[in-house]
Amino acid sequence: MSRLEILKTYKIYIGGQFPRTESGRYYQIQDGKGKVIGNICMSSKKDVRNAVSAARKTFGGWAERSAFNRSQILYRIAEMLEGRRDQFINELMIQGSSKANAEKEIDLTIDRTVYYAGWCDKYQQLLSSVNPVSSAHFNFSVVEPTGVVSIIADENSSLIGMISLILPAIAGGNTCVVLASEKLPLCSITFAEVLNTSDLPAGVVNIVTGKRAELIEPMGNHMDVNATVYSGSNADEIKKLKELAVQNVKRVKTYNKKWMNEESQDLYMISDLQEVKTTWHPIENIGGATSSY
Amino acid sequence: MAKKTDKKISSWDFSPSPEGISHIELKDKYDLFIDGKWVKPSSGKYFESINPSNEEKISSVAHANQADVDKAVKAARKAYNGVWGKMSGKERGKYIYRIARMMQEKARELAVIETLDGGKPIRESRDIDIPLACNHFFYYAGWADKLDYAFPNRKVESLGVAGQIIPWNFPLLMAAWKIAPALAAGNTVVLKPAESTSLTALKLAEIIEESGLPAGVVNIVTGFGDTGAAIVNHPDVDKVAFTGSTDVGKIIQKAISGTDKKATLELGGKSANIILEDAPIDQAVEGIVNGIFFNQGHVCCAGSRLFVQESVADVVVKKLKQRLDSLYVGNPLDKNTDIGAINSKEQLQTIKKYIKIGQEEGAEMYQSPCSIPTKGYFCPPTLFTNVAQSSVIVQQEIFGPVLTIQTFRTVDEVIQKANNTPFGLAAGVWTDKGSRIFNLTTKLRAGVVWANTYNKFDPTSPFGGYKESGFGREGGLHGLEAYVKLS
Amino acid sequence: MAAFLLSFSYLFLSLILLKKPMNKLKPFSSDFDPLRHESPSVDKVGVEERVARIQTRSIKNESKIQGLKLVLNMIDLTTLEGKDTPGKVKQMCYKAMHLLDAHPGLPATAAVCVYPSMVGIAKAAVKGSDVKIASVSTAFPSGQAPLNVKLDDTRFAVENGADEIDMVISRGKFLSGEYQFVFDEIAAIKEACGKARLKVILETGELVTLDNVRKASDIAIHAGADFIKTSTGKIQPAATMQVTYTMLMAIKDHYDRTGVMIGMKPAGGISTAKAALHYLVMVKETLGDAWLSNEWFRFGASSLANDVLMQIIKMETGVYQSSDYFSID
Repeated sequence: MSRLEILKTYKIYIGGQFPRTESGRYYQIQDGKGKVIGNICMSSKKDVRNAVSAARKTFGGWAERSAFNRSQILYRIAEMLEGRRDQFINELMIQGSSKANAEKEIDLTIDRTVYYAGWCDKYQQLLSSVNPVSSAHFNFSVVEPTGVVSIIADENSSLIGMISLILPAIAGGNTCVVLASEKLPLCSITFAEVLNTSDLPAGVVNIVTGKRAELIEPMGNHMDVNATVYSGSNADEIKKLKELAVQNVKRVKTYNKKWMNEESQDLYMISDLQEVKTTWHPIENIGGATSSY
Repeated sequence: MAKKTDKKISSWDFSPSPEGISHIELKDKYDLFIDGKWVKPSSGKYFESINPSNEEKISSVAHANQADVDKAVKAARKAYNGVWGKMSGKERGKYIYRIARMMQEKARELAVIETLDGGKPIRESRDIDIPLACNHFFYYAGWADKLDYAFPNRKVESLGVAGQIIPWNFPLLMAAWKIAPALAAGNTVVLKPAESTSLTALKLAEIIEESGLPAGVVNIVTGFGDTGAAIVNHPDVDKVAFTGSTDVGKIIQKAISGTDKKATLELGGKSANIILEDAPIDQAVEGIVNGIFFNQGHVCCAGSRLFVQESVADVVVKKLKQRLDSLYVGNPLDKNTDIGAINSKEQLQTIKKYIKIGQEEGAEMYQSPCSIPTKGYFCPPTLFTNVAQSSVIVQQEIFGPVLTIQTFRTVDEVIQKANNTPFGLAAGVWTDKGSRIFNLTTKLRAGVVWANTYNKFDPTSPFGGYKESGFGREGGLHGLEAYVKLS
Repeated sequence: MAAFLLSFSYLFLSLILLKKPMNKLKPFSSDFDPLRHESPSVDKVGVEERVARIQTRSIKNESKIQGLKLVLNMIDLTTLEGKDTPGKVKQMCYKAMHLLDAHPGLPATAAVCVYPSMVGIAKAAVKGSDVKIASVSTAFPSGQAPLNVKLDDTRFAVENGADEIDMVISRGKFLSGEYQFVFDEIAAIKEACGKARLKVILETGELVTLDNVRKASDIAIHAGADFIKTSTGKIQPAATMQVTYTMLMAIKDHYDRTGVMIGMKPAGGISTAKAALHYLVMVKETLGDAWLSNEWFRFGASSLANDVLMQIIKMETGVYQSSDYFSID
């Protein structure tokens, strides 16, 4: 007699915890053969709110971590991903991937994590500048994380389309609230489990699952979210997010990339979620009669 | 100041010293500058440009409507496809250099017109606005053939037609901030100056005409909000650059939400200027004055919220009041005027409304006892003490010579209060201790932080805000990004 | 043993007390004491900007005439050379009283400034006029002499009729942090001055930083200076607008604290009418009109007077002037 399988309930990930949705609603997803493969939280706007609160609470601390430390943590995420490689392959295949594609996706996910781990302490030098102003001032521009970012992950990808948006955000010191793919949500929560065992401070990444039609609005209009990132090509969704952004002048970044391409990762995705801060300070005795050169 | 009985003269005041205006050439009526020609507005409508210091009409300016804007965008597109988009960076750069030099040669005239039209003191237009505008063109001219160095590992392309809308507080300087990087990156331009200050942009159009820049590369369309809306909504505009209020910025952000138009918004602010107890106090007082009374406070990054550490609050406020009393308010053309005219009647009403609110909120007001001309729009420099973080005048942008003063006890407290605003444009920090400066400059959420100085600008220095103060940067290498496509 | 320990700890305690650690803040409190408190810090670039702003003031027409006459009346006409003789000093004194006889209605200078050995000569030469006699003292210009010599130097000048004493501070002591020594020396000279007003020369060109200038100003004021003065004229740079501004702010803070006015004398390097007018603007915009008299403001200068005279005549005639028409001393 065959053993009865335990169906996993995929809980959401907020502030380093795995709560059930406060809505008490769930939806099921099925594999290609119509077999139920999981219960997924149908998150509410209150879940989004809780996630934003968690992201805001931890933003200062994460942004202030040393770049080296952020790099170490991202590398640790890669290590933990590697350890769960088979689980991700399995989940990707349940959700319809071929084995080869699933293997490629997790490998690329791990490599991309290492790629952004390496950026953590390098992008600053490429994106910053010392500005040769005419007056007796030292003037420099540095980049700082934009803040709390809401991420609408790619609907057509369970893993790579999500992590390709999360990694540049957190490498750059932002914290984020992620809406996972509605139809391919499994990897998002497994990824959350990876994060939770990777030294990543609670609240840096928060992941909710649910209906896009319901959740795009709270993801896009929350006044304490500083930027929204979107992957995909749905013009209505993009327009909606841009409109919602107006209320507090959110930055909206949309990408329509093939995330399975090795090249779909770069410095400029980090830079998209950075603010440039320019600092001035007087310099005594420059160019004056009393210059001591 | 204490009265001394034994002084030999009762007072020594400066005689009037007005800048001459005999060399200024202004037309009675200005048409639109489209496709290298001066064309009449299709509506036939003109509006008056008023000198805010005496309420007299200076000139009439064309009011462009949608049809005129369409004509300008078409001219810009034609010039982009036909000439400018194909021209080598080296050649583009030389045109921009030429414009810069011609502006320099007309600097005095531009300064006087800026002051006549906008009300700012001639000292500022002569020493700050116009030189900075010229230098901005010089700076970006040199970028035109070096774009490949600007963004590592990326191919740089121009965007196409840039629609640009600028405010009335720094008319020519804002035109330079918009036009120079756009041209350097290979875009063509349709620019709308603010309705109350069109004249220096039109003088710039004359310079551009004289410079031989290919027709249609820069088009100047004058008008009101409807003209700006026509630019923003024009389907063939690839890029929108706006400097102005946060309210209008939001309208623009919404208007382009269904499009792929790239945008930069440089919006309002309510910037904190923070004085710590170990600051160089006398220089800090100058910095406060320069922070809020520069250009009558019509500055988006004005240090309008002053925070003073409690142990030095009394002395700072006392010194500030004394310093206020030595400022000259009056004829903007007088070389000794420190504070000129409020830009328009509407703005003066707005400022007065806020002053009234401040008084009604129970704040304590101090205005310098300076004499103010009876004609024209003037407002004495104004301080409010006894205000709270929750006061309206502390929270909202007044855009006038009105400063609110709050005290604080600890550095952490002032960081929180400074950041406790929807805006994030600028901040000032005054302290003698290096590590404290970096603590504050790092934690203040603002795009420009002045430490032991305030209101400094330079073409090489990126400018722009966090949060509701907008996005994108103008100036420096970072300012190029707004006008290029990377692939 | 106990007594030994006690005396040892007493010694230790007194060492700590003698050290008098600087109280970091309180530069503006009513009990401000430059020997116990730090002086306010000064940002040089900020001072330069303020000065540049003052220099954009445009002084025209009536205000210019009025200002130029004021400048003449504020000059300490100066000769401080090893080769000074009674003949030279007498001629200068005559010039001080008769700046331009061809042009009636011009004021005399405030004072003549000479070495102690020339005080008697000068006193006799200006007899009957309002021109005061200022004498440098305290082993001018270096100040490198023992206190008793400096006191004798000062008393000699006062006894010979000096109305004002221009002393130098011990810059070496100041730079090595011996503020108490500098303070005590000034206080001692002040006592020796009797009724003569004391101008304390900081020799800012040797103090180098504006922070030092501010500190020295505060010490001089607290030790009893009636005036503080920038320079001897023997060291470059001499008076600058930046240094003068810094000293004016020390005077202002003292006045705001105590209500006591202190005078200011920039000396050396001010040779044009335009520069002098900018100094007046600076005084007006920092201390106010109350300081705009020769009781509270002086220029230490030798060639300034003629440039001012030439400007006055130019304004009246509309013709640029030649120095041939103005006596050199």
